[in-house]
Amino acid sequence: MEQDWIWGLVGGLMIGSAGALYLLVNGRVMGASGILGGLVDRTGWSTAAERLAFIAGLIAIPPLMVPLYEVVDTHITGNVAVIVAAGLLVGIGTRLANGCTSGHGVCGISRLSLRGLVATVFYLLGGGLALVLFRHVLGVV
Amino acid sequence: MQRAFFSFLAGALFGAGLLVSGMVDTTKVQGWLDVFGDWDPTLAFVMGGAIIPMAVAWRIAKRRETAVLGTPIPFRTEMRVDRDLVLGSLLFGAGWGLAGLCPGPALASLGFGGSGGLIFLLAMMAGMFATPAIRTRIERLAAAT
Repeated sequence: MEQDWIWGLVGGLMIGSAGALYLLVNGRVMGASGILGGLVDRTGWSTAAERLAFIAGLIAIPPLMVPLYEVVDTHITGNVAVIVAAGLLVGIGTRLANGCTSGHGVCGISRLSLRGLVATVFYLLGGGLALVLFRHVLGVV
Repeated sequence: MQRAFFSFLAGALFGAGLLVSGMVDTTKVQGWLDVFGDWDPTLAFVMGGAIIPMAVAWRIAKRRETAVLGTPIPFRTEMRVDRDLVLGSLLFGAGWGLAGLCPGPALASLGFGGSGGLIFLLAMMAGMFATPAIRTRIERLAAAT
């Protein structure tokens, strides 16, 4: 538990290096919601192979690393209604805002993009408010 | 083929980083967002760690017009801070707080996240699919008021 921040930093450096590779070699901004969303709403079908390859790596590699750990648990809630509502909100919100934690957060803030900074402030605010309301007031998550 | 190969590598490194950092664990994400609970600062280290190599990459990119594989470097395409950016980010944040998953970790944890993770991903994709229609409605609503 005390070492969580070190692993957070190491993992973060890996995430940023992935974004650097994607920018400098492929010439693309690494945003998870944009890469997937472009496939879902067909706006990105002209670059489908590149998107599918990214998603394939993202889905395939983490499970291969799970045996390195004693326990890996996402601890996701068992409340299906909450999961569906949250999934819909994340899908709609990231597409409306044209970015999520990776695109606006990592790639946006690192180039001092105003849009990235504003998005990050508001999604942190949205997350904080949701937890205040649904955890501390209503007690559902 | 080359593009797909490096794209796969980037996705793989992104996924590995999400696992190593602990960001596939929804309690760590909710622990960061929940400032009135048992606050967990890990996410700040992940974000800080990720921004460092990315900031270096943008500096290198500035001196080039194209990426290694020939694509033009995507510089500031859109600068406007508009309604959709703010509204979308608020909605995204609310969903992120409710479940503790954002799009990257939702994909990275698919292989070991059980049925809950799969349901989240499907709902998220349904939301993405519905967004163009929702955006049209919002625009109509805004024009009417």
